[in-house]
Amino acid sequence: MTSAKRIVSWPFVLGWGVTFLMALPVLWMTLAAFKTEAQAIATPPVLLFEPTLENFAAVLRRANYPSYFLNSVIIAGGSTLLGIVVGLPAAYAFAFFPGKRTKDILVWMLSTKMMPAVGVLVPIYLLSRTLGLLDSAIALLIINMLINLPIIVWMLFTYFREIPGEIIEAARMDGAKPRHQFFFLLIPLAAPGIASTALLSFILAWNEAFWSINLTSWRAAPLTAFIASFSSPEGLFWAKLSAASLMAIGPIVVFGWLTQRHLVRGLTFGAVK
Amino acid sequence: MMASNEAIPADVVQSEADSTPDKDAPGVKTAPLLAPSVVLLLAWMIVPLGMTLWFSFQRYNLLSPNISGFAGFNNYAFLLANGALWNAIFNTILLVGGVLIATLVLGLVCAVLLNQEFAGNSVARLFCILPFFVMPTVSALVWKNLLMHPVNGLFAWISKSLNLPVVDWFTDLPLFSIGIIVAWQWIPFATLVLLTSLQSLDREQVEAARMDGARGWSLFTNITLPHLCRSLTIVAMIETIFLLSIFAEILVTTAGGPGNSSTTLPYLIYKIAMLDWNVGIASAGGVVAIILANIVALFLIRTIAHTLERQ
Repeated sequence: MTSAKRIVSWPFVLGWGVTFLMALPVLWMTLAAFKTEAQAIATPPVLLFEPTLENFAAVLRRANYPSYFLNSVIIAGGSTLLGIVVGLPAAYAFAFFPGKRTKDILVWMLSTKMMPAVGVLVPIYLLSRTLGLLDSAIALLIINMLINLPIIVWMLFTYFREIPGEIIEAARMDGAKPRHQFFFLLIPLAAPGIASTALLSFILAWNEAFWSINLTSWRAAPLTAFIASFSSPEGLFWAKLSAASLMAIGPIVVFGWLTQRHLVRGLTFGAVK
Repeated sequence: MMASNEAIPADVVQSEADSTPDKDAPGVKTAPLLAPSVVLLLAWMIVPLGMTLWFSFQRYNLLSPNISGFAGFNNYAFLLANGALWNAIFNTILLVGGVLIATLVLGLVCAVLLNQEFAGNSVARLFCILPFFVMPTVSALVWKNLLMHPVNGLFAWISKSLNLPVVDWFTDLPLFSIGIIVAWQWIPFATLVLLTSLQSLDREQVEAARMDGARGWSLFTNITLPHLCRSLTIVAMIETIFLLSIFAEILVTTAGGPGNSSTTLPYLIYKIAMLDWNVGIASAGGVVAIILANIVALFLIRTIAHTLERQ
């Protein structure tokens, strides 16, 4: 095991090689975040440098960054919470009291996910304008909730279905009412599944860009829209762009890693586990 | 939009009902539990869809409010007669098709490599799926500036060091460059799904094939690939649904240009709606986009309904 030959094998070299290539853009961005602006655009690229935190300080100072971050938290967190509250009872009913229409309703819910956002851009924009919800976090919160609700219901449904029927049967024999079964038995049993569902919903809402860009200008703009504002060619602020980006993706990457095993189930609607 | 009833035979529902002991649990009314989700999703689907359809037959431009009225099929006729729509549809197919092939092939390569035993492979997996969690605007801008910038980018420096011509990515190959970014974002999804699928491959079956003399490539094509077939199909369909809506990556890199060379259907509709404020024509475009997406969705929904049956 200790011999270098055993460790540095073909799978090792190829596996880490492909990993390096996949991670390179993010690694390169992370390096740039700690460079000065001059180092960030230098050719040949600067690899050895004294890291600086100036870019992070500059972004936090100048760009009202905390407000964008807060908007992202409100929109992603609020839509996830609301989605779970609305989706849990439905998933419970589908999993434990299936009726003749259960399959149809589940498949129909999935089909609402297939509607391309751009197909309903105009009505949603006009409705938001009429209701005074343009550039408001509420509109984005609700839209993200609706976009992710089918995934939430499906994912919770697959977790509930894995709970053995005998457990519920035993609880019922002991005289537990359905309401008590739900709150004191099923929710604790499905807690890991509920947590991964919430994480996935949070990630998807955090990274949502289409509606964020089209329905906000500055007051309610989340991080996706804020980062987009760096595309205007007003100069090469790569170090600051990198610092802002790193702060924007940091928390979500950690969440993503936490939930990676459940990601597949959520995004394939239980078709691949 | 189109729940395919015929795909769900009654006996499936029946067997499912049998497997749960609470099938006639007293005192549980499912309607109030389902109502919030169903009503919300129904409203989310019907209201905007109905409005899009309605607007698509109206003369309606936010910049000239005095022109209004029924337009018949004029909006559609204008769009279909206009080269921009066909160009956008062509670009969309090119982008979605190219990215799909790239992510399936490279995702498969990543999955097979990460499925090997090597030091630190679980850490490698974390870094390999990293791009999936990067928000689209960040990945697009990082690629556009830090990597693909024709003067200061990393790729330009690599080209110069190797004495190769420097590529001005977003001017010379706009759609291809966007495709690279989008593929990079979606390879992890394919990798994860295929890796999950690879790990469920029956070890005994592999061993048996080995006994029969199957090695390397023939083992892969005869045992592994058929096993992955369903997952590959599902990845392709789910990706297609998401790829048909690619927007932010185009907005922050090329804004559809140069000319219309990287304008896809979503971006074209966005331009008509949010820059020309032509509600009628944008809505007609929206209807076209919905129809295209639904052709793919039909296949996806059938496949997923079938997997539900098999459980």
